[in-house]
Amino acid sequence: MRLPVNRSLFIPFIVAGDPSADLTVDLALALQDAGADVLELGVPYSDPLADGPTIQRAAARALAGQMTLPKAIQLVADMRKKGVKIPIIIFTYYNPVLQLGEESFFALAQENGADGVLIPDLPFEESGPLLELSERFGLPLISLVAPTSKQRIEQIASAAQGFLYCVSSLGVTGVRETLPESLGHFLGEVKRHSRVPVVVGFGISTPEQVAMLKDACDGVVVGSALVQKIEQLLERLQTSEEKNAAIAEFASYARSLAAPLREPCSSR
Amino acid sequence: MMEHVPNEHGRFGDFGGKFVPETLMLPLEEIETELDKALADESFRQEYIRILQHYSGRPTPLTFAPNLTRQLGGAKIYLKREDLNHTGAHKINNAIGQALLAKRMGKKKLIAETGAGQHGVAAATVAAHFGMECIVFMGEEDMKRQELNVFRMKLLGAEVVPVLSGNRTLKDATNEAIRYWVAHCDDHFYMIGSVVGPHPYPKMVREFQRVIGDEAKEQFLAGEGTLPDVIVACVGGGSNAIGMFYPFLQDDVRLVGVEAAGKGIDTPHHAATIAKGTKGVIHGAMTYLLQDEYGQIIEPYSISAGLDYPGVGPEHAYLASIGRVRYESVTDEEAVAAFQLLAQTEGIIPAIESAHAVAKAVELARQMTPDETVLICLSGRGDKDVQMMMHHLGVKEGEDVASAR
Ligand SMILES: Cc1ncc(COP(=O)(O)O)c(C=O)c1O
Repeated sequence: MRLPVNRSLFIPFIVAGDPSADLTVDLALALQDAGADVLELGVPYSDPLADGPTIQRAAARALAGQMTLPKAIQLVADMRKKGVKIPIIIFTYYNPVLQLGEESFFALAQENGADGVLIPDLPFEESGPLLELSERFGLPLISLVAPTSKQRIEQIASAAQGFLYCVSSLGVTGVRETLPESLGHFLGEVKRHSRVPVVVGFGISTPEQVAMLKDACDGVVVGSALVQKIEQLLERLQTSEEKNAAIAEFASYARSLAAPLREPCSSR
Repeated sequence: MMEHVPNEHGRFGDFGGKFVPETLMLPLEEIETELDKALADESFRQEYIRILQHYSGRPTPLTFAPNLTRQLGGAKIYLKREDLNHTGAHKINNAIGQALLAKRMGKKKLIAETGAGQHGVAAATVAAHFGMECIVFMGEEDMKRQELNVFRMKLLGAEVVPVLSGNRTLKDATNEAIRYWVAHCDDHFYMIGSVVGPHPYPKMVREFQRVIGDEAKEQFLAGEGTLPDVIVACVGGGSNAIGMFYPFLQDDVRLVGVEAAGKGIDTPHHAATIAKGTKGVIHGAMTYLLQDEYGQIIEPYSISAGLDYPGVGPEHAYLASIGRVRYESVTDEEAVAAFQLLAQTEGIIPAIESAHAVAKAVELARQMTPDETVLICLSGRGDKDVQMMMHHLGVKEGEDVASAR
């Protein structure tokens, strides 16, 4: 996976098929235009244990539209055709991967132009077989570390590929008004052990939070805030006369979240 | 020869494991470490047994069912009376064990999920007993089906949180309990209600439920001088069944687990996970589950809230895969008939979950001879189901009256 260097990464997350497959492609393009460095493409799941209500609702909308793991992966090829060039990470729970077949999953992801995979309910201890496939297909399996990881940080960080995803605080995804005070210390600890960029996600929803985190890590993941924006724009996105304006509004919202990352470094 | 399960990775053969968000790995490891210490600690064991005896009323009796036996004309039927536990079901055995472990770990806040409300009531009860706080997640649909238990939990001082996602039943309550735990794992203890979930939960709950089988074995040997030929238990997540079966796994005894067939296993409306499910991951464990071809979990159905679950404990998946336990299923209608039959023949109203085991045992006993024996795990009593049953039977009688005219 090729990541831009000397630049804080802006990594948006959206759910494939929310509200439709075509619109997911449009929204991905809009995010690229808004300055996204990597796209996390979430695969909707009936029982997402790591997700809060916002992403649960997005998944329910996508599933109602018959989105599946193979279709979500095929969307990557559609995105490539329409000009999405940034790396795309397939974010999926483990069970759909098992049903598709672990090897077929990697083969399909590679074939369709994905750049990595992230499975939030597959901890290091259970990831053996997938790590081997990840290597064989050249698609990094992105690892997560959490505030509870403690002694596990070193082990996970030293094996991390692509980038390392830090969970900001205890809890599931969803916008948070405040982030824990200990976050800076935690990120520092992770950065000490990591050879790949360290990004932070879960709860990040305002430009102020992004600005605050900017110097403590190598990038931010924004999920629920963007998904919430899509939810607000649902009707307009699905009305042909208003679609373009709604997409533009979405892009400008995304740009506002990325903006603090693009300002000159405050500490140097 | 059976392997010793689970192994150090929490695997029962291919099943089990820990498929959870990274945040929960440390809490799980802490529980595992403390559980192993506690199980090896004689004083922990003694306190557990003491509370079971003096608070829950163990040992529960082994009751011969003479009238039912006579009526069927087949094998002799015995009941292991988990219905006589404090709070009315086997769930309290596990709740006491886990509360003691929580106490040992210095945690004073319990999280629980519940379907029928029996585990929720058990959790709320031990929370009151040990002076702990308790928050119970329950699907909104189950709150309607088991109104009485909702009120019981509140009386006991627990907070009951309605769950509005999915089908609003046990699966969804479990999701929500796990999500809450992820956010509060620093000071809360998640008290799971069955032999499901990530390692070490399936093992822990088995260890706190095996008292059922240990007692039954001793009682049966003392009374009959031999072991039963067949043992039958209902399987939701599978805790009463594992508790009963585990001490008999090495013996020459036929073990039969009974899943809920709802409206029939050839309809979409059932909860027969082993009969109709496929291998996958649910609530942190590799096991059999009801899912579509894309790995989305399918909503189960059963008249019984306690069996209405799309997964099954990984140890059951393992025992099914090696053929040690046979898993059968029983429909709503068969369970309702058995519910009435046991009430009328023996004066014992079973929980609708347990009635599934009774129905299968009746069928098996009929085909056996009077010198053979069948032991039923009567996991709970039916007080909680009386209202639902009144409704269920009342509607039917009305129809009968109308059609007779
Ligand atoms: C009386 C009774 N039996 C059985 C069950 C099913 O659980 P398990 O399969 O874990 O024993 C329940 C669950 O609520 C119950 O209340």
